[in-house]
Amino acid sequence: MIEQLLFYTFAILTCGGAVAVVATQNVVRMAFWLVVSLGSVAALFFLLHADFLGAAQLLIYVGGTVVLLVFGVMLTASGPYTTIKTSPAEGIIGAAVGIMLLLVLLSSIGGVDWVSVSGRLPSTPQSPFTADSVREAHAEESLVNSGSTKAKTDLAAVQQQGRTVRQLGLSFLGLRPDRNLKEGGANGLAPAYFLPFEIVSVHLLVVLIGAAYLARAKRRAVSEDRVSLD
Amino acid sequence: MHGLFAALTLEDFIARTISSLTKIPADSDTLLLIAFLAAAFTHAGLLLGLFGGLPVFYIWLERKVAGRIQDRLGPTRVGGSFGWLQTIADGIKLIQKEDLVPKDADALVFRMAPYLATIASFAAFMVLPISDGWIAVTAECGAFLILALMSLEVLGIILAGYSSGSKWALFGAMREAAQMVSYEIPMAICALIPLMIAGSLNFQVIGRMQSGGFWNWFILHDPFTFLAFFCYFTVATASVKRAPFDLAEAESELVAGFHTEYSGFRWSIFFLAEYSSMFAVSAVAAILFLGGWHDGLGIDSVIDSLFRGTGTGIIEGFSLGSYVANVFGAVVLITKACLLVFVQIWVRWTLPRLRIDQVMTTCLKYLVPISCFLFLAAVLWPLTLVTMFSRPVIAGPALGERALSQQKGSSIDASERLGAAR
Amino acid sequence: MGEVGLNAYLTVGAVLFVCGVVCMATKRNGIGVLMGVELVLNGANVNFVAFSRFTSLGLDGQTIALFVIVLAAAEAAVALAIALNFYNNHLTIDVDRGNELQG
Repeated sequence: MIEQLLFYTFAILTCGGAVAVVATQNVVRMAFWLVVSLGSVAALFFLLHADFLGAAQLLIYVGGTVVLLVFGVMLTASGPYTTIKTSPAEGIIGAAVGIMLLLVLLSSIGGVDWVSVSGRLPSTPQSPFTADSVREAHAEESLVNSGSTKAKTDLAAVQQQGRTVRQLGLSFLGLRPDRNLKEGGANGLAPAYFLPFEIVSVHLLVVLIGAAYLARAKRRAVSEDRVSLD
Repeated sequence: MHGLFAALTLEDFIARTISSLTKIPADSDTLLLIAFLAAAFTHAGLLLGLFGGLPVFYIWLERKVAGRIQDRLGPTRVGGSFGWLQTIADGIKLIQKEDLVPKDADALVFRMAPYLATIASFAAFMVLPISDGWIAVTAECGAFLILALMSLEVLGIILAGYSSGSKWALFGAMREAAQMVSYEIPMAICALIPLMIAGSLNFQVIGRMQSGGFWNWFILHDPFTFLAFFCYFTVATASVKRAPFDLAEAESELVAGFHTEYSGFRWSIFFLAEYSSMFAVSAVAAILFLGGWHDGLGIDSVIDSLFRGTGTGIIEGFSLGSYVANVFGAVVLITKACLLVFVQIWVRWTLPRLRIDQVMTTCLKYLVPISCFLFLAAVLWPLTLVTMFSRPVIAGPALGERALSQQKGSSIDASERLGAAR
Repeated sequence: MGEVGLNAYLTVGAVLFVCGVVCMATKRNGIGVLMGVELVLNGANVNFVAFSRFTSLGLDGQTIALFVIVLAAAEAAVALAIALNFYNNHLTIDVDRGNELQG
């Protein structure tokens, strides 16, 4: 009941914010609506029991990326409240194509029986979310609430209460508390994320240096002088 | 949602009380819904009281301290000779003022920006524990979440400055954005040091690890956490844009910075957000470094033993002892945070303001390397001790042993309480 | 108003995705295009987390969503640096003006 209410509130805020981003011509208002939309997505993550992810969304997206974008707006504005208008014809065509794309996506979402499809995923013996457990999700939740210590549902319970910090951290270190690694590697790949984590760290460092290099203050004339002196 | 009482959530408490009064079974859906809503509104109301009440006190304190430092009296008239009610009177005056929107402003964003800043600042209170178990939302990643929420305030400020249609506001907002975004980096790294020692992002766990004497506080854990506290406090002062880092509102150059064009209620809630953020960063400092709700002198254990077991029979699961101990813990935590806020006020009226390039230099050339060094050193410190003395601390039990014994103790405690309740 | 299930979240993700695509296609302001990219990535993220909650994807969905967030931040930083360079060369941020290879 409460969850439904919260979901519909934040879903409407998310979608409304996204539509407003598209409909607005003023860049600063777009940034404002983007904040509304992305903040509500963070709230949806909390509703989906992904607490660390929601916090990361708030810190990185809303507090980081959008601030960066607003900064970009300020640095590239040639006048107050820059509006670079889209022509109405383009807007109408865009809206029509967008609505058609949305209808295609919605029909495919409605047309797939997700429970039976997810049953076809390679599930491991210790995986908490087998197709059965999806069907029994509500039963499990009520069991967990009543303090059941059923061993099989323990990890699932942890995930359903949204305590994913430790599990995410372990999976970045190459451990999977929710999977049986011996039997899980059906395709020969370990299902943990040590290597991607390291690659992303190096990638971030490269981006840091690269962005600083790209956005540096231009002193072309000075550097050419130095070259000629050398 | 965790509880107002130690071994019992407020929600359960309300559900049980209603069911015992009206003979409705305690697990009926409507009753649970009512209990949930009542608990949620109580929590929100308590937090709102804290959020609104503390700034009122701080603004009075600021004026009084500023007056004393400048050899004046400060407010003296409203509410007795100390001017206790000055802030309330100011607030009433501010609400009555006209809500102006400049002709050049982008009206929608201009109106919404103060709310954005206030919501961000208020949301940080959601995951801030006031005492052992007194927390609105027990998040496993509470420390991470509070850093994330506090970083959102800058958005409201940038949008306010940009949408005002005024040069002063725009310059103030630009400075503010650059400053707050840069200072977030050393702040997060400094906060990471005690989090790494505790091995948890949960404020409850971090607070409980520092129970006992003040030598258990993380500030005295090793020399690097001691330095990290001062580094964190400097950075926190800058990140809530207090002097000497208040370049965004430097009145000698920028009139009033980002809130130049604001008036009345919207202007006042910017200040509400600022002073609440001061409390929030100070409370985080108190929890991460200064032992949280533990007084460090053993008074809380005395209180706990005095009231232990009393009142357990009144309502099932409710123990007067833990309640009184929690009230004392809340008083201790708020006192610690208020002392830190007092230091911030003191610094503001003592030190001259830096220049904007000096602010950025301080952050990027000094505070970021210092905090990185402290983090690295705090990581290596226990390893060095283990190599030299084959134990991770110089004296006393290691943190892990302490946490373990305490965990045992508290679980026995909880089962005792529950046993007594049944 | 039924029980909130997987389809509801997927619908939200689809709306975000479509808004992002339309935003990327119709905006002429370079920063606006970047905002469209953020919306698309968020739509994908909502789907990942919804699958992680409701199907046997488990923790994998959340992990991948986390990677998406991190890479999106990196992408925004680089794209913004490029936008600033573009502005330095053309004195506008209108992407339609970027029709010559030599700045």
